[in-house]
Amino acid sequence: MLQDYIPVLVQLIAVVAVAGGILGASALVGKKRPTREKLSPYECGSVPVGNARERFSISFYLVGMLFILFDVEAVFLYPWAVVYKSLKWFGFIEMFVYIAILLAGYLYLWKKGALDWSR
Amino acid sequence: METLLALILVPPLLGAALNGIWGRRFSRPLVAAAGCGAAGLSMVMALLAASAYTRAASTAPWIHTYFTWIHSGTFHADFALWYDRLTLVMTCTVTVVAFLIHVYSVGYMEHEGGFYRFFCYLNLFLFMMLLLVTAANYPLMFVGWEGVGLCSYLLIGFYFAKRSASDAGKKAFIVTRIGDAGFTVGVALLFWSLGSVDFSDVFGRVAALPPGEMQGTLTAVGVLLFLGAVGKSAQIPLYVWLPDAMEGPTPVSALIHAATMVTAGVYMVARSNVLYAHAPLALALVAATGGVTAFFSATIAVCQNDLKRMLAYSTISQIGYMFLGCGAAIFASGIFHLMTHACFKALLFLSAGSVMHAMSGELDMRKMGGLRRRMKTTWLTFLAATLAISGIPMFSGFFSKDEILAAAYNGPLGRHWLYWLGTVTAGLTAFYMFRGLFLTFHGPSRVPPELEPHVHESGRLMTGPLIVLAVFSVAAGYVSWPRALGGQEAFDRYLDPVFAASQEFVRSLVAAPAPGRLTNFSLMALSFVAALAGLGAAYWLYLASPGLPGRLAARVGWLYRLVANKYYVDEIYNALIVNPIRVASEKLLWQDIDAGLIDGGLVEGAAEVAAEVGGGLRRLQSGNIRSYAAWVLLGAVVWFGYVLLNR
Amino acid sequence: MMAFQSVDTIRILPEIILSAFAILVMVLEPWVAARKSALGWLSLAGVIAAALATLKTAGSPGLAFGGSVSADGFSLFFVDLFLAIAALCLLGSIHYLERDRVHHGEYYALILLATVGACFMAASTDLIMIFIGLEISSISTYILAGFKRQELASNEASLKYFLLGSFATAFFLYGVALVYGLTGTTNLLRLREQAGGSPGAALAALALILMFVGLAFKVSSAPFQVWTPDVYQGAPAPVTAFLSTAPKAAAFAVLLRIFAGSLAGSGPVSFWVLWISAVLTMTVGNLAAIWQSNVKRLLAYSSIAHAGYVLVGITAGGAEGVSSVLFYLAGYALMNVGAFILVAHLAGRGERRVDVADYTALAAARPSAAALLTVFLVSLAGFPGTVGFFAKFYVFRAAVHAHLIGLVTIALLNSVVSVYYYLKIVVAMYMGEGETGVSAAAMPNALRAAVVLSVAGIFYLGLYPAPLLAALARIPKPGL
Repeated sequence: MLQDYIPVLVQLIAVVAVAGGILGASALVGKKRPTREKLSPYECGSVPVGNARERFSISFYLVGMLFILFDVEAVFLYPWAVVYKSLKWFGFIEMFVYIAILLAGYLYLWKKGALDWSR
Repeated sequence: METLLALILVPPLLGAALNGIWGRRFSRPLVAAAGCGAAGLSMVMALLAASAYTRAASTAPWIHTYFTWIHSGTFHADFALWYDRLTLVMTCTVTVVAFLIHVYSVGYMEHEGGFYRFFCYLNLFLFMMLLLVTAANYPLMFVGWEGVGLCSYLLIGFYFAKRSASDAGKKAFIVTRIGDAGFTVGVALLFWSLGSVDFSDVFGRVAALPPGEMQGTLTAVGVLLFLGAVGKSAQIPLYVWLPDAMEGPTPVSALIHAATMVTAGVYMVARSNVLYAHAPLALALVAATGGVTAFFSATIAVCQNDLKRMLAYSTISQIGYMFLGCGAAIFASGIFHLMTHACFKALLFLSAGSVMHAMSGELDMRKMGGLRRRMKTTWLTFLAATLAISGIPMFSGFFSKDEILAAAYNGPLGRHWLYWLGTVTAGLTAFYMFRGLFLTFHGPSRVPPELEPHVHESGRLMTGPLIVLAVFSVAAGYVSWPRALGGQEAFDRYLDPVFAASQEFVRSLVAAPAPGRLTNFSLMALSFVAALAGLGAAYWLYLASPGLPGRLAARVGWLYRLVANKYYVDEIYNALIVNPIRVASEKLLWQDIDAGLIDGGLVEGAAEVAAEVGGGLRRLQSGNIRSYAAWVLLGAVVWFGYVLLNR
Repeated sequence: MMAFQSVDTIRILPEIILSAFAILVMVLEPWVAARKSALGWLSLAGVIAAALATLKTAGSPGLAFGGSVSADGFSLFFVDLFLAIAALCLLGSIHYLERDRVHHGEYYALILLATVGACFMAASTDLIMIFIGLEISSISTYILAGFKRQELASNEASLKYFLLGSFATAFFLYGVALVYGLTGTTNLLRLREQAGGSPGAALAALALILMFVGLAFKVSSAPFQVWTPDVYQGAPAPVTAFLSTAPKAAAFAVLLRIFAGSLAGSGPVSFWVLWISAVLTMTVGNLAAIWQSNVKRLLAYSSIAHAGYVLVGITAGGAEGVSSVLFYLAGYALMNVGAFILVAHLAGRGERRVDVADYTALAAARPSAAALLTVFLVSLAGFPGTVGFFAKFYVFRAAVHAHLIGLVTIALLNSVVSVYYYLKIVVAMYMGEGETGVSAAAMPNALRAAVVLSVAGIFYLGLYPAPLLAALARIPKPGL
């Protein structure tokens, strides 16, 4: 039984070996000429200024989370679409209920003012 | 029938619930209506059941199982009710007296706080008492048995702010608990030996036993059950709680501590007549205890100055009579006296309550006298009850007491010495009762001047029940016209389906006592003479020559002091039992063992260990979430290891 | 794939109704500005509607949704139990939220959703569905624990519960994954069929243990009980009432389904794991409870100890053991919910009065409250006449019949120890002298109803346990 997992083990060893090998090789072979710019954190090309522990508006997180919530829910529509024809009316009603629940949540958020950026 | 039987029980329970839950918000009339209505409804149901049962052709008991109550292994007890002629007599007596006392209480408790609480307890008591007399197995009977005890405790301590009242409640509870322990062991023994606690099983199986079989076991059961009765019905040696129980409101004394609860022991013995028939030794013990208690507490009553306490000792004495009748194996005589006693003793207490009401709570008979003129109704009713209890012919007590005395003389287990003791007691009873009557209502007034203007007759709510009970006290005896006067003792014949078989069995079992030379009629004449002698002595000592009792008491000072102090029984119990226990528990258990050994050695030692452990636990319970997670992980790893090693 | 049938919806009708009401409450919440208590009553109506729906469900028992959910006597018992708990907690919460100024409708929706989750845990016959139920109930309760957003203790409780709960749930999910890897199915019924040919016993045992760890965390069995005192103490008391009963009972239901049912193949191992867990849990709970002076924390440890007694019944196993566990959970729910909501009320605004010392002389000041609390405590201690007695009695009897004399002895010793700390509060209430520290406010009607109902239940089952026991004996036990 456990032998069945040997390929997995081999894969694991291979992954560690390749990744370690590459990093090790570059550490051994590559030249190190550190400059101020090279040591500074990479922020999409813009110059990092000020304290990293800057306070963001809480709305930023809120909207971020809400986006993920509704975005991920949309993923369920794909498998549904694939088997839609075999599910027929049952599938249609199920998805209708599902969307309705999502909408109810959306309604709640809206009314609560979670989408109101200026608040 | 099933419903009707249950309906006897339901109203008081509902009444108790109603007043218990919402009573605080009810107005007084509403509380009173709920309480009395429940008792009245229960009475109506009891009477309906009685007429239905009497009309039925069969005398077999109705047994109805409502639901399975306890079922554990072989032990089985249902919520089942049992209705036969004995139950009929008990339910009717209990509900009628209870209803009248409920009505009386409305007047009596008019000015008291906790009105709803009172009626809640009273209804609950009624329910428990009815459960006790209708139960169809010992465990259910025990529920009622303990239930009435609890209500008694609550009601004795009704004025809980008063120290003596709450102490009296505790005393009653603890003393009766000693008896209950015996009862419990008895029921356990019964289950162990017969494998059932159900009346029909137990009685059926015991009745089928040939004479002499299992006598030892059944005697033990009988004695143990009787121990419970001794506690509940205040017999020697466990009678000490009843006089103190007079701290409760007077209607409570009338209902619980005179008419119903304290006679539960008699009912239990009569109900178990089949058991006792097979255990003549236990029955002889019942008779002896009853006879001796009757005499002993009658002598104490002679010297009591507190009206209610005198009545309490009288109750103990009268219950002694009932046990004497049952113990002589003429069970019906005990039940007959139970019924008449319920009427006249309730009446005595209620009249005493009426006096107490008029006297602003004063109970010392030395501070009364001449109340006859101011409280005509109360005087008349008290007089009727006194005539009844004293055994004056044509009043109810005369019939029932004579039946018991005849039983003591002629009954299968009768003993002549018990008869003579009973007859002397009858004389004493007449003496102390008339002493009480004369001191309270006759002669010159000794009422303290500050109370004088307040003395008045009670209202109709109180006198009404008094009059009804007075009628019963006079008339209740006529249901059983004695043989000596050419009657059939109809009441006894009525109960024959319940008792006759046991009675005959006992007669066949023991050697018949040597027939006495006295005929039934001369027995009756003798007890009448005794009663008259008591009455005459009381008249002579307390009305004709009022100085005499004091001189007499001085002459035989030691005897007077002995009796007046109730033979120092309370003191002896205190010295022999209560104090040793207290000292032992305080000094030995508390100061030496608990404080010294356990606290000092074990607990503090243990505390140190526990503190160590606690310290460990505290380190574990650091509040630090990472360490918590580590614990979870550690636990998981340990379980992994365990499983992998042990698979 | 099995075709959908309309009877499937009937078999999860209570859950559907609860979810619908939860959504409704949630959507209505922003519109209801002033009288939030209306939402509480609406939720209660939902619970009652769901309870009525269980009657309908009981009429057509069977599997639903491709065998992932089962409507049988076992699951319906738990569904009804959760509904009862939810109803009592809702009644106990309405005035509490008002008083502590955290009256938001989301609370009610979350209680309903947590109940839905618990229902699915008990009703599911598929490990994935169980996991989903577990998550629904867990996430709802994480939020509920931190419902007093302004209070640090509440926040702390929520965060601890969340982090450790997720950690433990991960164990469970890992176990599920292993089971799937080994057998190719997550359906408990199919697993039972396969249990004969044990595929890779070591891994199966590991899978079992992983799932056990996840559930042991939920029922706060030692050594996974560490979170319990902090969370129960910090969470709002009515939430604790819920937390300590519904999710716990749900986890026990799953334990029963898995250990007494489908995966019981690995016999002795799971037996000793349960045996040791039971002993550790009782002992740790009781010993720690003795030293507590905070009533909420004391009750938290007490609930750990009670989980230990339940584990005794699970260890005993068999039809009798399972019945006794179900009876225990029902009784335990009554007394624990009652105790916590009463404590919530007595603690006063902001739950400041939660020390045992605050209960001094309560009987003189508030006799009825003291008497009711005494009933709960005495029942928790297992005195005769209360449900606590019969609950323990039947569990221990089942264990004796399974010849677990040693375990029963330890459990009895533990019960004796526990009497001490329960009576400590009673003694303070009745014999302590001085001023009582707890809130003097009169009991609101809703709370009074909940408390009186619990007390009535305690006495009913304590004096007359026969009907429930008979009903429990009749229902089919999973895997037996």
